[in-house]
Amino acid sequence: MMDVIVIGAGVTGCAIARELSRRERSILVLERGLDVCEGTSKANSGIVHAGHDAKPGTMKARMNIEGSRMMEALSRELDFPYRRNTSLVIGFNEEDRHTLEELKAQGEVNGVEGLAVISGEEARAKEPKLSAGVTCALFCPTGGIVDPFLLTVAFAENAAVNGAEFRFGTEVTKISGKEGAFTVETADGTAFQAKRIVNAAGVYADVFHNMVSAQHIHITARKGEYLLMDKKTKGFVNATIFQCPTKMGKGVLVTPTCHGNLLIGPTSVDIEDKEGVNTTAEGLADVVEKAGLSAEDLPTRQVITSFAGLRAHEDGGDFIVAEAADCPGFFDAAGIESPGLTSAPAIAKYMAELITEKDKAPEKTGFKAERKGIPCMAEATPEERKALVAENPLYANVICRCELVTEGEIVDAINRPVGATTLDGVKRRVRAGMGRCQAGFCTPKQMDILARETGRDLQDIVKSGSGSQLLDGGKFESTH
Amino acid sequence: MSRITELTCIRCPIGCQITVTQDDDGKVTEIKGNSCPRGYEYAGSEVTNPVRTVTSTVHVEGGVLPVTSVKTKGDIPKGRIFDCMQAINAASVKAPAAIGDVVIRDVCGLGVDVIVTRAVAKA
Amino acid sequence: MNADKKAKIVIIGGGPAGLSAAAAANEAGAAAGDILILERDNVLGGILNQCIHNGFGLHTFKEELTGPEYAARFVSTVQERGIPYLLNTIVVDISVDGDGSKVVSAMNRTDGFFTVRADAVILAMGCRERPRGALNIPGYRPAGIYTAGTAQRFVNIEGRMPGHEVVILGSGDIGLIMARRMTLEGAKVKVVAELMPYSGGLKRNIVQCLDDFGIPLKLSHTVTDIRGRERVEAVTIAEVGPDRKPVPGTEETYTCDTLLLSCGLIPENELSSQLGVELSRVTSGPVVNESLETSVPGVFACGNVLHVHDLVDYVSEEAANAGRNAAGYVEGNGSEGKPEEDGTPVQVIAKDGVRYTVPSSIRIGRMNDLQLIRFRVGAVYRDASIAIDFNDTVVRTQKKRILAPGEMEQVILKKEDLQKFEGLKTITIRVDTSEAKKQ
Repeated sequence: MMDVIVIGAGVTGCAIARELSRRERSILVLERGLDVCEGTSKANSGIVHAGHDAKPGTMKARMNIEGSRMMEALSRELDFPYRRNTSLVIGFNEEDRHTLEELKAQGEVNGVEGLAVISGEEARAKEPKLSAGVTCALFCPTGGIVDPFLLTVAFAENAAVNGAEFRFGTEVTKISGKEGAFTVETADGTAFQAKRIVNAAGVYADVFHNMVSAQHIHITARKGEYLLMDKKTKGFVNATIFQCPTKMGKGVLVTPTCHGNLLIGPTSVDIEDKEGVNTTAEGLADVVEKAGLSAEDLPTRQVITSFAGLRAHEDGGDFIVAEAADCPGFFDAAGIESPGLTSAPAIAKYMAELITEKDKAPEKTGFKAERKGIPCMAEATPEERKALVAENPLYANVICRCELVTEGEIVDAINRPVGATTLDGVKRRVRAGMGRCQAGFCTPKQMDILARETGRDLQDIVKSGSGSQLLDGGKFESTH
Repeated sequence: MSRITELTCIRCPIGCQITVTQDDDGKVTEIKGNSCPRGYEYAGSEVTNPVRTVTSTVHVEGGVLPVTSVKTKGDIPKGRIFDCMQAINAASVKAPAAIGDVVIRDVCGLGVDVIVTRAVAKA
Repeated sequence: MNADKKAKIVIIGGGPAGLSAAAAANEAGAAAGDILILERDNVLGGILNQCIHNGFGLHTFKEELTGPEYAARFVSTVQERGIPYLLNTIVVDISVDGDGSKVVSAMNRTDGFFTVRADAVILAMGCRERPRGALNIPGYRPAGIYTAGTAQRFVNIEGRMPGHEVVILGSGDIGLIMARRMTLEGAKVKVVAELMPYSGGLKRNIVQCLDDFGIPLKLSHTVTDIRGRERVEAVTIAEVGPDRKPVPGTEETYTCDTLLLSCGLIPENELSSQLGVELSRVTSGPVVNESLETSVPGVFACGNVLHVHDLVDYVSEEAANAGRNAAGYVEGNGSEGKPEEDGTPVQVIAKDGVRYTVPSSIRIGRMNDLQLIRFRVGAVYRDASIAIDFNDTVVRTQKKRILAPGEMEQVILKKEDLQKFEGLKTITIRVDTSEAKKQ
């Protein structure tokens, strides 16, 4: 019998697991994928939103502001890439200026600091690549960017170090029972017992909620397509550039990533298929066209990859972070769409408070709040490189040459708590294969390392999910 | 009954479409479409006796590499490529192996050896 | 800045270009011990090791060799000459010090992170394949999508099959070679789709790798969708119009487990670019003069890092040139030597269907008696001519039965002709189509 089962190892589930691990309780995180960050958390803009978009008084507004305020200290505590790069919401006409003034007022009610509506010239002085048609902008000094993978990995690793258990490839199929004695059944036939359940299942959160509650919720998968450009584009913009928000979201943005790539997107299209993470010709063309309104001379020739993610949009339009009214002991973190990444630390903190009110678990002595990330040879100074290589010669053996990722870093990614078991898992932790050749050269080498470190045959190495084997047999019996 | 074969010349980048006519005994009676003597010669031999070099890999026992590359030392009839592949896939070499080492002598009775094209050291 | 090692010539890359450059530099007088090859892989020979097919060496050795055999000959030469090399060594930076010497920062497991000071550097890093992302193919992102070269490594080096039902996008030579290779190993290659109305591969490869096995080549076609969430399940191919955009209604779906991409090669010039070497927008390789010297004095480039070649024989030849010139440079005959004798460089201009030239400038005082100019055209031309203009005067036209983007072309200039021409400022290489048919 676990004290708490968390369903879903996205950023919300992992953040909650970490917060829960501050107190004496047994925690089990069940995840359908083979790694953390396999759903909504892996395909988003990586933005730490300032907090002017959400309607005052909503859960979104509250969690956004609090999460945004927590992020910087958290990035030091858990050692993940975060940068306060500021943001600009741009306008092209008087109507937009009016919208920006409203956003500013709304942001101030929400508690966002330092907002200012500036002129087109002032905006271009900050960001010279801004389109000539920009006549006004809302400047947000507290806007930031974060690496969504490493944020999630950091939460998960730290939760694991503090005793939380993770089970991957474990798809929940049925939930029954009541507070103090829930039974969670999974696709492989295993059943787990828990006193309480946290539902952080992204686009599937409605499915699990509706298994235990008569007060149904409904989540729509809202697709967003993105294009990512080579690091050569570093410095194209420094701030995150938003357009005026619409009913469907914050529109197409142009932003640097924490690693110096340029990211444009997302589209916003409601779809039926909760697995529909395919990109489309129309969607990608739409992104390029809309992003082209924000900035001049977008370096679209430098595109290295495109991807699509699904926002978990609940019909009510707000986050649901609460105990189900008709099912005590079942806690939802549902409808976590943008600004969900920003809000994750705050949602986790709030969720932990809700659960502590119920279980009164005592604080854990020896809780380790700090976590150190994997060293990054690519960004290390020559002196740091020398020191790292002296410590472990594998840090001198470069596997991914585009991103300068070494064998040492890949071995770390695999062998750390909640370590990588898949090629995508390695990529997200240390960026191997994320560069301009998109793993053309290093895929075979990474697979060799994964096979060696996890004691598996090459044949069993997968890209991401359990059916995503990279090879289909060997030429000879003896090599399988 | 004459037999007509259409083929693309590979002697130069022009890639002439050549038509070769053969009689019942397989004798070439007409070659059309080539624009040089080299194309004429290619088309004639390609229809009467097409040959290819086969390159592949074989399993290595006790080497630093799991497989190494091999080739037929000379050309073999095009129609026997897959027979040759079958023989190659059943063969293996012991490390160390040097370039030119014979892996299969007289493969499929074609009078051509399969030889190693990449040296492999002992593990 | 203190450097950990010293060399007169550092060669970055131990593939065909780097090996040939090293041997030629030594032959031209640079002591073996003054040369250092830095290779990122665990063996010398570069990509040739996985190119197990034959057809290499006809120009260089007058016989047909496989890739590994061709590489082995150059490796032996380098070893016999006692030229030092470091394997598993990645170069992370090249910079120019105040005195004009170059500092190469590199690392490997044995030496850790170290620097080498050199008088001259030869860039020979080769190229990479254009990945899916850069092609903007919509659809899912499952396992089973590989560049042809990655698949080639799996099959030929690791002895593993990436899949058994294959669609190939792009008719570059590696894609064609892999169509045959996968077929020989029991895979079913269903189709090769090529965006352009002509193939980027050699004719011989189309016949011997596709036609021999009845594999269809669909010109003016591209992939418009990839299906399969975990592993590739199907690929949709559509015809493209003259604007290279898919024509609605022409889609055909092929069930398959693998999509191979052979859509072009890109010279790997990240190091060159950090160093400040001027790059050509057309080739993505360095802009070089007659000595294959880049815009940074004492830094030379050769092989696929300079421009993508079809034949390794030409890579070896070009690299040998770079090696000799680097040896000359470190002997003090370098560009800082006697500039007054060099005169103003003559610009070599690519025009009218000629996409680029290597080199793009010539210092007459520095050139050899015969100067090779290599170039590619941008379309297929039948019965056109290659024209050479000195300033505005046509000095030569050369009839060509066929010119194709997939085949590198060359012309040879005589030093005496350049010297004789008063006030020579530009040499223009162009396609003269006055009597030609363009396809």
